[in-house]
Amino acid sequence: MAPDKKLVERWRAAEILLLGGSAGSFKLLFQIVKLLPHNLNKTVIIVIHRKKNFFSEIEKLFAENSRMQMREVEDKDILNRNTIYIAPANYHTLIEKEGTFGLDVSEAVWFSKPSIDVTFESAAEVYKERCIAILLSGANQDGAEGLLKLKNSGATTIAQHPGDAEMDEMPRAAINIGAAEYILHTEEIFNLLNTP
Amino acid sequence: MTDTSVIISSPQITELIDLVKQFHGFDFSGYTKASLKRRIIRIMQLKKLGFYDLKHILVNDPHFFQDFLEEITVNVTEMFRDPSFYKAVNNQVVPYLSTYQHSKIWVAGCSTGEEVYSMAILMREAGLSNKSFIYGTDINTEVLKDARRGIYSLRNIKSYAENYQFTGLKGSISDHFTILYDAASIHNELKQNTLFSVHNLVSDGVFNEFQLISCRNVFIYFETELQERILDLFYKSLCPLGYLCLGSKETIRSDSFKKKFKVINSKENIYQKVGA
Repeated sequence: MAPDKKLVERWRAAEILLLGGSAGSFKLLFQIVKLLPHNLNKTVIIVIHRKKNFFSEIEKLFAENSRMQMREVEDKDILNRNTIYIAPANYHTLIEKEGTFGLDVSEAVWFSKPSIDVTFESAAEVYKERCIAILLSGANQDGAEGLLKLKNSGATTIAQHPGDAEMDEMPRAAINIGAAEYILHTEEIFNLLNTP
Repeated sequence: MTDTSVIISSPQITELIDLVKQFHGFDFSGYTKASLKRRIIRIMQLKKLGFYDLKHILVNDPHFFQDFLEEITVNVTEMFRDPSFYKAVNNQVVPYLSTYQHSKIWVAGCSTGEEVYSMAILMREAGLSNKSFIYGTDINTEVLKDARRGIYSLRNIKSYAENYQFTGLKGSISDHFTILYDAASIHNELKQNTLFSVHNLVSDGVFNEFQLISCRNVFIYFETELQERILDLFYKSLCPLGYLCLGSKETIRSDSFKKKFKVINSKENIYQKVGA
């Protein structure tokens, strides 16, 4: 199925692509990272829940399979286009102001650090309608409030279809509070992100 | 979970910063605004205050300011946070410290003391207990009371024990505690080598000369200009060839300070003072 015309327009106009996922989202994120072209001309920010002392190979795996630049966010990093940024474990990642990341070690949100809510909310404050955000599979409610703030600030918000999500609680929570403007099947997400 | 009805604008944040400076003498103008805003919203939610109530109470209730200060600064900390950092200090900095008759260590922004005692345990394991002294400082008097007590909840010790294992230190973290009911009390031998006192990195100056300064996950809350002012303070507080440790996501970016600090470990952000 061809993606919605209006949605494609908004996808093309967006400067920031936000991806949030937890349990059951890893494979999907991996596939997304793999399909994004090197000249996407957007900044991609991925927030995925993980354990603090779990020295994950996520960044390495993503980097090896991506055509875009890949970087784990550090304090005061600049947001560059054509780069995928991954929120580091045991920190919250914020958009500090136009063009700059910030980190924070404060309390976990929904037992999660990084929290998707924190990143989404701060992106909503700074980048507003210039964001497009997709909330994927997960077993808690992190990300729903953040997605709502994004929607209210004019951003394009998408939840993975709960029927397709390995763990449906996260996208379902977002849909329940009316945070998702679009509910897309996995194939439709791929089609959209593949649209030049 | 969060009360989305609490909204505060950027000019209002500036207004609060000015008010706190005027009435309480604390200058938060160099703090990063996105984090600060989250903290202020958190206080308003916890205390159920609107913006005008918050302003009023900040001016009129002298006790409230201590609470405010405690909430506005992030006091989340762990023992042996980033175990690979402690491993690197043990391998790359401890041999240098052992060449001194006596070495002084400063943990800046120590909060409730977990990093100070982690450092004390590291020194003890290296056999440097009697040859080292650790100063822990923070902006906040209340958290320093907890730091001096050195009593931590057993619930947290479990995750600290996991961190400890990854540091490669011998034995177990429980070698350094006495367990009392549901709490773990740091051994007196470790406490004897520590001193906790109030120091505000924004406004206070050099107070001693150190062989090692550790200031981790503090710079993330400061804007670049303030970071550079504090780097200068650290530079002046270090002995020649003394070491500076920043958080694992905090790097020295300024060209002038890159000349003054040599990178010893780029992953853990351990630097050594060089130049005059």
